[in-house]
Amino acid sequence: MTNSIIHILLALSMPPLLLGVIAKTKASFAGRVGAPLLQPYYDILRLLQKGTVFSTTTTWLFRAGPIVALSTTAVAALLIPLGAHPAPISFQGDMILYAYLFALGRFFTMAAALDTGSSFEGMGSAREATYSCLAEPTLFFALITLSRLTGSYSLSAMLSSVTPATWLYAGASLLLLIGGMFIVLLVENCRIPFDDPNTHLELTMIHEVMVLDHSGPAFAIIQYAAALKLFVLGAFFVRLVFPFTSGNAFLDWGVFMICMLLLAVVIGTIESVMARLRLVRIPQLLVAATILAAFSTLLIIR
Amino acid sequence: MYSLMQGFIDPALLAIVAAIITGCAGVPGIFIRKPGTGQVLAAGLSLLSALVGVPATLALLFAQSTATYTLAWGLPFGPCELAIDPLSAFFLLPIFTVGAAGSLFAVGYWPSATHRLSERGLTFFYGLLVSSMAFLVMARNGLFFLMVWEIMALSAYFLIIAEHELEQVRRAGTIYLIATHTGTAALFISFSLLAAQTGSFELPATGTLSALLPVSTLLAVSALVGFGAKAGIMPLHAWLPAAHANAPSHVSAIMSGVMLKMGLYGIIRTLTFFHDIPLLWGTVLISAGIASALLGIVFAVAQRDLKRLLAYSSIENIGIITTALGGALLGLAGHNSTLAYLCLSAALLHILNHSLFKPLLFFGSGIVIHASSTREMNLMGGLGKGMPKTALFFLGGVLSICGLPPLNGFVSEFLLYLGLFSQLQAVNLVALVLLAPVLALVGGLAVIAFIKLYSSVFLGTPRSSGAANPHEAGVTTLLPMAFFALICLLIGLLPQYAVRLVLPAMNCFIPNSTVAILSPQYTIILGRLSLFGILLAAVLTTVTLYWRRCLRQAPLSRTATWGCGYQRATSRIQYVSSSFSEIAVSVFNGIIRQRIERPALSGLFPRPSLCIDQPTETILERIIAPLFTVAGISFAFLRRLQHGRMNVYMIYIFATLVILMLWAH
Repeated sequence: MTNSIIHILLALSMPPLLLGVIAKTKASFAGRVGAPLLQPYYDILRLLQKGTVFSTTTTWLFRAGPIVALSTTAVAALLIPLGAHPAPISFQGDMILYAYLFALGRFFTMAAALDTGSSFEGMGSAREATYSCLAEPTLFFALITLSRLTGSYSLSAMLSSVTPATWLYAGASLLLLIGGMFIVLLVENCRIPFDDPNTHLELTMIHEVMVLDHSGPAFAIIQYAAALKLFVLGAFFVRLVFPFTSGNAFLDWGVFMICMLLLAVVIGTIESVMARLRLVRIPQLLVAATILAAFSTLLIIR
Repeated sequence: MYSLMQGFIDPALLAIVAAIITGCAGVPGIFIRKPGTGQVLAAGLSLLSALVGVPATLALLFAQSTATYTLAWGLPFGPCELAIDPLSAFFLLPIFTVGAAGSLFAVGYWPSATHRLSERGLTFFYGLLVSSMAFLVMARNGLFFLMVWEIMALSAYFLIIAEHELEQVRRAGTIYLIATHTGTAALFISFSLLAAQTGSFELPATGTLSALLPVSTLLAVSALVGFGAKAGIMPLHAWLPAAHANAPSHVSAIMSGVMLKMGLYGIIRTLTFFHDIPLLWGTVLISAGIASALLGIVFAVAQRDLKRLLAYSSIENIGIITTALGGALLGLAGHNSTLAYLCLSAALLHILNHSLFKPLLFFGSGIVIHASSTREMNLMGGLGKGMPKTALFFLGGVLSICGLPPLNGFVSEFLLYLGLFSQLQAVNLVALVLLAPVLALVGGLAVIAFIKLYSSVFLGTPRSSGAANPHEAGVTTLLPMAFFALICLLIGLLPQYAVRLVLPAMNCFIPNSTVAILSPQYTIILGRLSLFGILLAAVLTTVTLYWRRCLRQAPLSRTATWGCGYQRATSRIQYVSSSFSEIAVSVFNGIIRQRIERPALSGLFPRPSLCIDQPTETILERIIAPLFTVAGISFAFLRRLQHGRMNVYMIYIFATLVILMLWAH
């Protein structure tokens, strides 16, 4: 019970911190002091108090977009185990619900973008739709590999059964898997090299261009939902890379938080040292990620 | 319920009566001179037949027994039995529901006042189609089966060519007619082999034939070709897109929602005759199914005609169902009851689901096409503001068909995923799980296809003058849509109860006792899905309330969409549906192309010019169309037999009879 409460509190409060850490890492690479670590929290709180501008073209779907995106991610956060602690709710097949909840959120984000009738937002959602569709099989290959390795059919059981011993037994497969999953993590969260959340050139963006017309509280919800999505997908990835369990509940929570912060530093580093890919290259890399994950599956089920 | 009804009257008799009522629904209209009365009467009779038929069918389904009637016919082909077992009852549900809904929809959509010439025929053949399908699933005599099969196929033909003054409609009808008769020819082979095997035209009971005999393989292959052509399994789908696109929308709804399922019913029924079904049969079904699912949805993504997109998505859904059915066969062959249970329940539930959301979408497309007077999605847009109710119900259908939670499409796909994953620890069928990523890709592509459809029709601003002034549809058209949207949501939110509709029908393959052992475990899991649906609704409400509170505390203003500083945005600046799908289509370049004719621009101020894009289907163009040409050339000599002189045709028939008689002696 305590763990469930900590799970929910952590999932609600920690996500914006990851964005802060990424920004700080990028600043230090660039030799700047950078914004405070807690800046994303201030941004969100500020936006919640701002006024809203609605486009006259839009209907209720435009307003529903951010709300559904946040709600689906929040519900998905209940399914994902954080570090060594299992998720508050888990059942056989919950990983499929997990994948499809994101799809639901994405559907409404894209619908909201297209509701504005802007060509930029049309571009953004066309890209988002295609890239997320190509990323989908990678996630499923990963789920198959994990399910086969651990003999379990729910996210909590799967991820808690990955131990250092699993790495010794199926290291090659897991290595390929985390390669594919890392690409999915970056593309789903619109990070460099797939998308740049900080760019101001609308023509080249994906996620940011879809939310051009949102303002005020709705934009705060979008920012927070994006951070939560990074948190939820990051937790999946972190557990695979660092599958240690200490046995002490509070130590495990600490370890998990440190791992998440480290992941944010890694993402920040990648964003500092890499350029954004040309748009035509993105599908190729996504297919490559699928093939990596497919290899890991083949190694395990051969 | 069954015993209660049994006290008054036999539910099977009620179901038969309902089927007769709906068949006669269009008859009074032929004799009533006043336009419109016949149509309203037909809708009333169809509703009556649904009100009688659906409760009776549910009673039969839950009673899990078989009711048999024998039709007294004078033909020398053995007794003609009509029987309703749980499988037939399960298929009767969508027949009665969609039949009545479409009939009601027609009153507002195809009113006699504006379509006086075609309305009578349409109403009559519509009733005949529904009735023939109802009798098809009851038929237990091969010959009677083929008769009602032909009535079904031909009434569908007359429905497709309702607007026969248009050349493309006649062409679509002709292609359909060729395809359906090729299929029927295969069915003649299949049923003749069956009769040769069993010694009578009566359909054999469950599991009485051995699948290991060589003749069984031939029988199954010809049944797969015959029924597969009706269901639209690739590569037998060539007739489907044009026929669905050119028929009136309530006809497309019943064809896609129910008539395609008759093909699947035929496949399932044929398979029940056999025991010891080999692994190969399941593998064949899975291969055909997954190819249909993937290719169908890839083609759907590229379409720019609203109804063609929906038609291709039907091929995708039929593909998913066939895959699940194949998985169930593998489970049966491998004596793996978990796999068989999960895949069969997924297949049957998806059959039910597709017969709910596809009519909903076709009804919606009818309203939309009527409002914007085009089928071209690139010319629509912004209809959501003028017809908010249509847009809302349509959205329900779109979310369902994309398989998104918490709607019904997700539940059946979830069961299929569970089935595929369940084989991970097994020794022999592990490779089956590799279908899961393909299904995930299909799901992702479905989202592309349907967000493209929904956004280019309902969102943004109108792209042509035709779409500029939409008006909300009338009650008779909205009511069927609302009904289907509600059922989709209910199945999605309460899957643990909805699955009970499917369980009785599963005894065609899996013994009731096995189902009873397995179902509690999976009902609990479906209950978890239900819990999450409610949880999602709760979170949605909380976030919405919080957002509204924030909204009230700060100023609110309205202005034009942000155009990066460009102030005079027009509706032509929007992304059109073709541009939306361009990236996705370019990934699947080998299978489908978006052929684009770009004008050459020159000079500083190029003159206005036209850019045309057209999706082209490689398989159809490169393989199937040349095959038809070859067939046309090689059978040219047969045309000499066909010259339009009735008396000579009669001689053909007589001569055939005499030869057959001599041969029999």
